[in-house]
Amino acid sequence: MAFHEKQLPADASIGDKALNWVDARFPLSATWKAHLSEYYAPKNFNFLYVFGSLALLVLVMQIVTGIFLVMHYKPDANLAFASVEYIMRDVPWGWLVRYMHSTGASAFFIVVYIHMLRGLLYGSYRKPRELVWLFGVGIFLCLMAEAFFGYLLPWGQMSYWGAQVIVNLFGAIPFIGPDLSLWIRGDYVVSDATLNRFFAFHVIAIPLVLIGLVVAHIVALHEVGSSNPDGVEIKNTVDERGVPLDGIPFHPYYSVHDIFVVSIFLLIFTAVVFFAPEMGGYFLEYNNFIPANPLKTPPHIAPVWYFTPFYSILRATTSDFMYWLEAGVAAYVALIILRTRLAGKYKIAAAVIGLAIILGMFVFDAKFWGVVLMGVSVMIMFALPWLDTSPVKSVRYRPGWHKYIYLVFGIAFIVLGYFGVQPPTPTGTAIAQFCTFLYFGFFLLMPWWSATGTFKPVPDRVVFHPH
Amino acid sequence: MTLLKKLIAAAVLLPGLVFASEGGFPLDRAPDHTKDMAALQNGARLFVNYCLSCHSAASMRYNKLKDLGLSEEQIKNNLLFTSDKVGDMMTVSMSVKDAKAWFGVAPPDLSVIARAKASEAGSGPDWLYTYLRTFYKDDTRPTGWNNLVFPNVGMPHVLWELQGVRTAKFEEVKNPHEEGKTEHTFVGFEQVTPGSMSTPEYDRAVADLVSFMNWMAEPVQATRKRIGVWVLLFLGLCIVLTWRLNASYWKDIK
Amino acid sequence: MSNEKQVDSGRRGLLVATCAAGGVAGLATTGVLVSTFQPSERAKAAGAPVEVDIAGLAPGEMRTVEWRGKPVWILKRTPEQVAALPKHDSELADPESQRTQFSTTPEYAMNEWRSRQKDILVLVGICPHLGCSPSSKFQAGPQPSLPDDWQGGFLCPCHGSTFDLAGRVYKNKPSPDNLQVPRHMFEGDTKLVIGKDEKGEA
Repeated sequence: MAFHEKQLPADASIGDKALNWVDARFPLSATWKAHLSEYYAPKNFNFLYVFGSLALLVLVMQIVTGIFLVMHYKPDANLAFASVEYIMRDVPWGWLVRYMHSTGASAFFIVVYIHMLRGLLYGSYRKPRELVWLFGVGIFLCLMAEAFFGYLLPWGQMSYWGAQVIVNLFGAIPFIGPDLSLWIRGDYVVSDATLNRFFAFHVIAIPLVLIGLVVAHIVALHEVGSSNPDGVEIKNTVDERGVPLDGIPFHPYYSVHDIFVVSIFLLIFTAVVFFAPEMGGYFLEYNNFIPANPLKTPPHIAPVWYFTPFYSILRATTSDFMYWLEAGVAAYVALIILRTRLAGKYKIAAAVIGLAIILGMFVFDAKFWGVVLMGVSVMIMFALPWLDTSPVKSVRYRPGWHKYIYLVFGIAFIVLGYFGVQPPTPTGTAIAQFCTFLYFGFFLLMPWWSATGTFKPVPDRVVFHPH
Repeated sequence: MTLLKKLIAAAVLLPGLVFASEGGFPLDRAPDHTKDMAALQNGARLFVNYCLSCHSAASMRYNKLKDLGLSEEQIKNNLLFTSDKVGDMMTVSMSVKDAKAWFGVAPPDLSVIARAKASEAGSGPDWLYTYLRTFYKDDTRPTGWNNLVFPNVGMPHVLWELQGVRTAKFEEVKNPHEEGKTEHTFVGFEQVTPGSMSTPEYDRAVADLVSFMNWMAEPVQATRKRIGVWVLLFLGLCIVLTWRLNASYWKDIK
Repeated sequence: MSNEKQVDSGRRGLLVATCAAGGVAGLATTGVLVSTFQPSERAKAAGAPVEVDIAGLAPGEMRTVEWRGKPVWILKRTPEQVAALPKHDSELADPESQRTQFSTTPEYAMNEWRSRQKDILVLVGICPHLGCSPSSKFQAGPQPSLPDDWQGGFLCPCHGSTFDLAGRVYKNKPSPDNLQVPRHMFEGDTKLVIGKDEKGEA
């Protein structure tokens, strides 16, 4: 197509002429329109819908504070701990940048967990938004890796031993485990070599991947348009210009709304930063104020709070629990064979895989299966769009008792998190094991329970109460 | 915010209830003198005189003591023990190797000890305050001293001249959790030789020292809270403005 | 913007107020981040004044100390060297140390000897041209790269600037200024403090 630059009248302003020049060469106004001023979002968003924007804010904040921390931090096992105190004491305003970064890490997970909860409750992952969800789970995985690598950097006792334990988990993989751990660490134990590579991952490698995934996540969302708490597809009802009747331009309505929410978020965030940066030892752990000592393990190691639900599942997988798991796998295979209408070959495949898993559970020890279960507990989120067979997207139009299923799942997740923070006890382990079954049952039985019950009719138009 | 703090406090204290019977010696509340400049200066003096011979505070710069209302001259003349430059850090002359040989383990750096010793049992200052007041004479130990909060610690009772020498009395008390077993339980101290300070004087001196270590662990803490008030007030204003701005747009949406 | 309606005055007022508040927040955040660039306490401590004991310094002897990462020369001039200083003012580019582009000479060095005491010369040993450290050439008389009537002084090896025994640059040399006299003071008879004078620390 021949190059075309729009001709403006001679008395057009300098600004208009400059914009026109750019627009002929770069889709600036087109992007602004497509993603902001003419991106039509449903008007019935509720409070749970702000957390995506907040997550983006926290990402930017972590990157900016991270850049300024890297100017003073020393990624050397002998210098790292002292360099953090250098930032806290000797760098002008260094303490503020550090607290923003440490609080931001926990804030990121709080925001992302609520963001994912919204997705769960309103079926945001359903067709045609499966890819949005897949990119999102990818972001969650990267976030966990980013937090894990970042946590080693202060080189405190928790940093060191947490990394030691998690890297040794990879040692549980049969045959290749110990070599894999050695390769990850770059040394026989977590050491300066490990610190330097984790620094590279945390500062540049994963942030690049994260930014790429976030862009993909938003582009995929904007391609099909946002869903809403009613699960109604607003693009089904458009006016003569093709604008959804229930849609409002993101800018200015949601940009202004997001600025309001951001003010509230910043109030809570800065209250923590200025008045409770340690947050009772959950955001800045007490043991991490002791420099790493490879010869002395602290009496109680636990991962940071945001990892504890998954860590709990790992710890719940004891040798005794293996029997329950074997029974569970067998029961699930039976369910697939007896209670689905899949073709025969799939049922046979399920039986074979199930048998292989059960055999593996006898051959390999609980430590390995604990790692597997912990990994699966995160990876299973990828399958969500295909596990949910409900005729309606949103919990609002599901049978009332579905709400209790979500509530039980949420409680199980929180209880797992709680016990993950505590030292292991027989009672705690038993409760965590029970909650593990609840957690996996929620996902694995979803093809059945999500389609069961009396569903309410979903309206054509969203339910909106003027503000 | 307070609800969140309460929930977290409950979550933190709950396990404390479960584990109160195990765990360490119950900790006393450390009096907070961190807003009293004179007390902090006294604490600095005690710290430099008693602690720096074996412990370092390698992240703490001498001239930071100016924040306690001391001049550079005062610091140079009274508190500069391990260096000659007031811009230097509070390092210790003892080498790590020697320390290990003499004490079994190198005395830890004390820069952030008041933050490190926090736990469900109490805050870091609580731990330090109780620790420095529960040393007792124990001839079975290499240093001749033992401690209730940190049993078999390698550190001698450095402040013994101030507190005097005490022995600890233990009794075998029936274990309420296990049939037929007894617990070696502390029942009281016995003063053998008096120190130069009475008990209330010693407690106050230790409170000063611990408050100093609390301050030293994060010298910016008072400033942080002061600035925080203004930031929160500003954000409160922002919330009002953005709330009304948001409402002014959304009234158009039916 | 809002469906072709004119922005009403209430909304415009709130927009202005919110943008102003946002601007304040942005400036504050930027200020905080940019201040982290300022020299830290560690840098300031390393750049603290340096004390030198000059008790044993013999006439004609020069000692070099480090201050803020730079060499500082302390030269005890002989009475002959001091007497010779005013004689070649016409050959110097800035005999009265008026130039202030590179550094300002402290007022206690605005004299014939460019120092507080006639015999003790204190100079930062860095050539104002491009930062090399000149060599001492105290021997008078002809030498390579030096004029035949050389009275003693300093020669910068990089581009040939020459300075007299008060650190003043000769005419037509690359260096744009005389060698810098750092702020300094004497505490007692034999203690010289570099980087500090009556007005405080540099």
